Amino acid sequence: MVFEKNLRSLTRPLSALILGALVSAILIRIVGESPWRVAEIFYNGAMGSAYDLGLSLFYTVPLILTGLAVSVGLRARLFNIGVEGQLTVAAFAAALAGIWGPQDVILNRVLGFAAALLGGFLWGAILGYLKARRQAHEVVAGIMLNFIAYGITSWLALNFFKNPDSQNPETIPLIDAVRIPAWSYFQSAPIGWHVLLAPLAAMLLWGFYRWTEAGWGMEAVGENPKAAREAGLSIAQKQFWALAMGGMIAGIVGFIEVYGNSGKFIVGFSPAYGFMGIAVALVGRLHPFGIILSAALFGAIHKGSLDLDFETEWITRDFAQILQAVLILFMSCATLVPAGIQNRLEGLKRRFYGQRP
Amino acid sequence: MDSVLDIILSSIRMATPLWFAAMGGLLAERSGVVNLALEGLMLIGAFTGAAVAYNMGSPVIGFIAAGAAGALLAILFGFFTLTLKGDQVVIGMGINLLSAGLTPFLNKYFFHVTSSTPSLSIDQRFVYGPTLFAFGLIASVSFWLRRSVSGLWVRVAGEHPTALASAGIRVKRVRWAAVIFSGVFAGFGGATMSTMLASAFSRQMTAGAGFMAIAALILGRWAPLPTALGCFLFGLTDSIQIRLQGQLTGADSAWLLQLIQLAPYIVTLFVLAGAIRSSSTPKALGEN
Repeated sequence: MVFEKNLRSLTRPLSALILGALVSAILIRIVGESPWRVAEIFYNGAMGSAYDLGLSLFYTVPLILTGLAVSVGLRARLFNIGVEGQLTVAAFAAALAGIWGPQDVILNRVLGFAAALLGGFLWGAILGYLKARRQAHEVVAGIMLNFIAYGITSWLALNFFKNPDSQNPETIPLIDAVRIPAWSYFQSAPIGWHVLLAPLAAMLLWGFYRWTEAGWGMEAVGENPKAAREAGLSIAQKQFWALAMGGMIAGIVGFIEVYGNSGKFIVGFSPAYGFMGIAVALVGRLHPFGIILSAALFGAIHKGSLDLDFETEWITRDFAQILQAVLILFMSCATLVPAGIQNRLEGLKRRFYGQRP
Repeated sequence: MDSVLDIILSSIRMATPLWFAAMGGLLAERSGVVNLALEGLMLIGAFTGAAVAYNMGSPVIGFIAAGAAGALLAILFGFFTLTLKGDQVVIGMGINLLSAGLTPFLNKYFFHVTSSTPSLSIDQRFVYGPTLFAFGLIASVSFWLRRSVSGLWVRVAGEHPTALASAGIRVKRVRWAAVIFSGVFAGFGGATMSTMLASAFSRQMTAGAGFMAIAALILGRWAPLPTALGCFLFGLTDSIQIRLQGQLTGADSAWLLQLIQLAPYIVTLFVLAGAIRSSSTPKALGEN
């Protein structure tokens, strides 16, 4: 597997970041803007004030979770592209539970959380079933499930739970009492205790891989499927759980969105958190704590990019996608130096130092 | 009976972009490279096709430019997968993301908006040209793969790369050629969408078509004619879906519309679940 899971080797993420910044700067130059100016906009947009910092954090939290979800798949050598659909279904489930559930604060929140986990789990489990039992290609199936999740949830939300007091595509809101209050430090940014769920999930996942047999098995089928089968592990079972568990982790995003942010299900609430999770997981080297760091980076990039629309003439928020793509490309190749050049470098080295015995 | 013929003709139209993309995917996958970048290659083709057709006033030039744009992006894909030995699935998705970000970026630069290219006039669009071309392409890919020496190289590169290497043929070169041509064809598919089916490029307009082409490939077990039939099945779903939409204009049935639009995705999912991978999967698929 080309993906390493240790934090010690920082060379690759750092060189990928430098290369990514370089490619971005060239593109920015080509369209006639100043890379320094864009960097400044990114910086100010991401952490210019406590409120901006709060919003960067606000985007970081879902990215930690989607990054973790993607990483669980990749460790088992599965590409879980269905995270976007999983968190959409989860958010809808959380909103439903919040609307229908008991209006007692604690019970309502617990029910909403359980519904989000279940919704994400369910959507991940469908993908897991298709992959493990029907040998469907997980990427193609995941993409289709994303479209279907988006279509069905928005159809249900707009036809049966539409908010009559709003022109926006959203459901009836939950009662205010159950929504998680925001801390005052970040001004009006929606940051409350719910953001701690993300690092908590990272810690649990770290422990899961370190200490449990199930975690070890899920990695083993990714690293060496043949040996895993000979050791008596069921590959299909591990694959199913890697995708279903990823769905469950992605589901927490749904809870955070509904209870911690909007208080309802808004159609299209996610700015592609699921897809950003891929870059987050790869730059974080699939390590839960690395993912927290890289999610912070991508959260800041996302927040910073939002200001590009009105601060520059030619560059829009779509630019963040280009940067993510470049990072994915640089992070997931086996080497950054082509074999031909490597051989030539070796040759030069030998000539320079003289032939060693 | 007229309506049956109508549906078949419109299915053929809707299947045309998928035919191009699926033939591109087929080349890459038969040579042993998983090309999940088809979606992104189509998207850049759709943008380039519409943008060039608008500026040059000719859909044919747009179509050719779309093939070139697809090839360029495919070269990038090849560089990261074949030269730098990246994971083909992840790199493919990275290319898709790059294309999704690059198209609005370029759209903004050339046309001052990110949402779509200016709409094309009737003489800047195709009527059925790409469809005829696609028929020819399917026939020639099918014939070439079975009957020509270079077609044999591609097949062996995907099944027994070591055998090909010991026969003195460079596996990597064969794969490079297959990847570049898959970019050209997927680019054609994208241009078909923006200059034949629609009259402009619009943001993320491929909407999963590249992945449907891959599903058709799996359904067709990597053989050209069955794959083309699989694409036709998706085209049929699409055209029935559009026809139903046309009939459901009353307010009382409007709520059904959105569900019907999901039909192509649901059909694709069932196809994937039903078409269990078989011995016809290229054996060296995805290996570096």
